[in-house]
Amino acid sequence: MRRVMNIRPGRARWFLALLPFALILLAYMMGSAHRRAENPSDKVLPPISEMASAVKRVAFEEDKRTGQYLFWTDTKSSLTRLSIGLSVSVAFALVLGLLIGLLPVANATFSPLTAVLSMVPPMAILPILFIVFGLDELSKVMLIIIGVTPCLVRDLSFTVSSLPREQLVKAQSLGASTWQTLIRVALPQAMPRLIESLRLSLGPAFLFLISAEAISADSGLGYRIFLLRRYLAMDTILPYVAWITLLAFLLDFALAQLSRRTFPWAHNSERAA
Amino acid sequence: MSALSIKNVWIEYGAQVVLEQVNLEIEAGAFIAIVGPSGCGKTSFLRLLLGQESPARGTILLDGKPMPSEPGPDRGVVFQRYSVMPHLTVLGNVLLGPELEASPILGRTFGKRRRQLVERAKALLNEVGLGDSLDKYPTQLSGGMQQRLALVQALIRKPRVLLLDEPFGALDPGIRGEIHVLMKKLWKETGVTIVMVTHDLREAFLLGTRVIVFDRLRNRPEEKQRYGATISQNIEVHRRRVPGQDFHERIAEDSDRDDPVAVETSGRDDPATTH
Repeated sequence: MRRVMNIRPGRARWFLALLPFALILLAYMMGSAHRRAENPSDKVLPPISEMASAVKRVAFEEDKRTGQYLFWTDTKSSLTRLSIGLSVSVAFALVLGLLIGLLPVANATFSPLTAVLSMVPPMAILPILFIVFGLDELSKVMLIIIGVTPCLVRDLSFTVSSLPREQLVKAQSLGASTWQTLIRVALPQAMPRLIESLRLSLGPAFLFLISAEAISADSGLGYRIFLLRRYLAMDTILPYVAWITLLAFLLDFALAQLSRRTFPWAHNSERAA
Repeated sequence: MSALSIKNVWIEYGAQVVLEQVNLEIEAGAFIAIVGPSGCGKTSFLRLLLGQESPARGTILLDGKPMPSEPGPDRGVVFQRYSVMPHLTVLGNVLLGPELEASPILGRTFGKRRRQLVERAKALLNEVGLGDSLDKYPTQLSGGMQQRLALVQALIRKPRVLLLDEPFGALDPGIRGEIHVLMKKLWKETGVTIVMVTHDLREAFLLGTRVIVFDRLRNRPEEKQRYGATISQNIEVHRRRVPGQDFHERIAEDSDRDDPVAVETSGRDDPATTH
């Protein structure tokens, strides 16, 4: 008898991967049918058909009041906020992380600061952001930046500072200046890790985005969900949640692929599944 | 003239004396092998020559001038591990030094300049048998190939001194034999001065023109803290034969290797010997 830890899924991999999804879907459909049978006007677990028509309404028909396709307008404004927020965070993280990781003086100056800042709960300062930056786009983007940057900076500086001492000495013995060591030794080795920690930050980034939108916005995926909650419109909320999940999943997948393509050396040692 | 001149150098970490009274003249083109029991400061000494550390006392002259206190292109190095950059291909690793030299801001070269550097790098890589692995990453190479790569990477910058920190210690005996032959060939071709730390006595006597033994002369427990290791033996193995130089005359200065070992036991309170 082989040990369970040595049994590999082989071709059944796809089947195994899809199985839990299918089971959840099945459970939902059964629950939905059961509730409908008891109460024909139940709104909590709408059947798939109602969700489909709700999606058709918000995604492919103009909104009567604004003349917009709500689903796409919401997606666009949410993704815009998210991408601006994450881009700025990554830029900050790259500069600060590399400096803190490589230069002992920068480490002494900024490392304690980032350690403290990363402990500030971002949601607690959301009111401050609204007061300082107003209720417009800026405060929502700022929440993402403040929530995500400190962790990215810490992770990146840790990655750079744990580069083997030998490598840095080697670079210098090849004539590298500080700047050259930064861009030819530290930066390329930090990039795969940056992408990885960005992937891990997608969850918190969406959390901050949706929280900020829930409180103050006039469009956005999070705004819509919280608006529709008042009408118990589960037929739209559930597809929205699924859509947000799909977006996050695709972003994560794209980043993983980017890292594999661009930095193949960083993935040589990964254990084959 | 001596390539490296080490005068009464001490290394101390806090109260712990690691090395004391190290005096050594290393002539240009020599191959110095440093051996000794572990923990006797061999690697600390090499770090000193690299400029990674500075001596507590004493001076080190490189070509007659005080040695800079940080690593630089005049001193190449090969470590036992982590010597090559994992994010660069074989070719990229060898190109790194020349590219850094050619382009201070980007650290990269393009076009004709790059093609010239690539030609030179390829020629050297062919010579050490890595010509077929130009686009591989170091993790895809065996240990011996990685160390050959590290040697080429260090030598292409034409350092005055090449420092080797147990470079072949982690290799299989067969591979080690091959790389010894290669090492000797590269040393003869480039004429570089080499200082190698090793724990393999056979390797030391096979490659070195001179074998330096570091050891603690006082080893009682209560003395360990305040007495460091020093050069206990300095054995000439063979000379680099340079045409035109009369080496019979110079051989008289040094003890023959079959002579009784003369241990330098000058007290540490004696005035420092200066050269």
